[in-house]
Amino acid sequence: MEYGLDLEYSFNEFLKGFGISSEVAHIIWLPLPMLLVLVAAVVGVLVTVWLERKISAAAQQRIGPEYAGALGVLQPIADGLKLLVKEDIIPAKADGILFTAGPILVLVPVILSWLIVPFGQNLLISNVGIGIFLWIALSSIQPIGLLMSGYASNNKYSLLGGLRAAAQSISYEIPLALSVLAIVLMTNSLSTIDIVNQQSGAGILSWNIWRQPVGFIVFWICALAECERLPFDLPEAEEELVAGYQTEYAGMKFALFYLGSYINLILSALLVSILYLGGWGFPIPVELISKLLNLPINTPFIQVFTASIGIVMTVLKAYLLVFIAILLRWTTPRVRIDQLLDLGWKFLLPISLANLLLTAGLKLAFPQFFGG
Amino acid sequence: MSIAITTQIICFTVLSLVVLVGAIGVVLLESIVYSAFLLGGVFMSVAGLYLLLNASFVAAAQVLVYVGAVNVLIIFAIMLVNKKEDLKPINDIKSRRIISTSICVTLLSLLIRVDLTNVWSLASPQNSIGEESTIRIGEHLFSDYLLPFEVASVLLLMAMIGAIVLARRDVMSKDIATGLPVDQELIEKSSEPLLTNKN
Repeated sequence: MEYGLDLEYSFNEFLKGFGISSEVAHIIWLPLPMLLVLVAAVVGVLVTVWLERKISAAAQQRIGPEYAGALGVLQPIADGLKLLVKEDIIPAKADGILFTAGPILVLVPVILSWLIVPFGQNLLISNVGIGIFLWIALSSIQPIGLLMSGYASNNKYSLLGGLRAAAQSISYEIPLALSVLAIVLMTNSLSTIDIVNQQSGAGILSWNIWRQPVGFIVFWICALAECERLPFDLPEAEEELVAGYQTEYAGMKFALFYLGSYINLILSALLVSILYLGGWGFPIPVELISKLLNLPINTPFIQVFTASIGIVMTVLKAYLLVFIAILLRWTTPRVRIDQLLDLGWKFLLPISLANLLLTAGLKLAFPQFFGG
Repeated sequence: MSIAITTQIICFTVLSLVVLVGAIGVVLLESIVYSAFLLGGVFMSVAGLYLLLNASFVAAAQVLVYVGAVNVLIIFAIMLVNKKEDLKPINDIKSRRIISTSICVTLLSLLIRVDLTNVWSLASPQNSIGEESTIRIGEHLFSDYLLPFEVASVLLLMAMIGAIVLARRDVMSKDIATGLPVDQELIEKSSEPLLTNKN
């Protein structure tokens, strides 16, 4: 399966043509994909914010933003600019250091997790061996940032919000990790590239969603809970807690929370599409199409074409899931904190354990379908 | 010296400095909240040191277990019971500090002695396993390290049962600490929606 574009190799060869050593070329290469992914994440957030405003308006029979640009597409940029130039307020009795460090600790792990999101065979920052496990580990850092900002604000609503966020995040991490484990069991690898390649055999039919329907639903519920999206947005429940841990924040620090939660939503949607919906795979295998059209798969034109189809498919699947998440947010009521914890510990945890056991059994019984 | 080695040395220096300064801060800082957050920083830097040693799985496990679970629970507990109260001054604080310092210094010297006398097998590029380490760890856990692994899980199970017994006081009729009968009002009632009883 080792085909596809290798931009890093071509870039290094290109720079070597100018007489630059491969080590220096590597250092020049390193920041490029990182910057690209960072820009992609931020643009993704702008698109999601616009979608959120438009879809919520449609759900409530309003028009939504319409004056900033055509159909209000510039509205998120206006929002961002507004937050950028707002005064940065630190409450007099707040703990200045922790108050500032909190939002950073929330945002950084989320952005770091983009390291493992593949958009194609070689289109990711780093194919680390621990792959998806890195994301699980990094997402467990986030509650510390939430607790930190909740505590440092010196406000009872903030503290309650922070505590709720931590409790929620801890209890939903376990079923999340267990459903990822079932996928890893089928793939025999933690790497996201291997997970997608394992699903690429027969197009849409070989996607993991058919083999792991329970895992898919558990993962999606847990991902929504980890993103603190409604119906699980208890840490910032407006009617009870003002805005939870964000209550005292203003300006760019508030924007960091905002950015973090939206980047996390897009990241979760991307990971669902990678784990269960075949990642960059087209519903009909690209090899099959090229064979039908009598085109060799290794010609540069076909390679560029398949790579761009891969990116489009990944983004399309992710935004379909983002759309479902937004629709859920504006149509479902919020659960209570005890219902939330009950759902996590008494329902999702046993179900994901049973799913893991079942997957292991099926893998032994039908190794050709469930990964040998 | 190549760029890769220079980067490694810089990373190692920064990480070890963070570990040392952070650990000293955890012990010496007055505020328990700062200590808990610094502890998280120390755990993260230790994970960074594992990464430098090419043990990425161990590093991620360190972050997941120590930062994501242990440290979050510590902070959680501190914040649930965090009361602003003046602690009673302890009479013989000086002698206590001398005793604890001497114990710590003895332990440290023991560790340094082990470090200096032991012959460490240094990993060379030939015998380093790198990305394959996840598989190797799994193999070890289910073969020669099976007994310690299972004993650790039994220990965790015992801790879990103990925590449940402590939390659900209706299991015992007497309070463990005071010997008084348990206040049954504190025990969680089966929750019934408020509105169902109205009619």
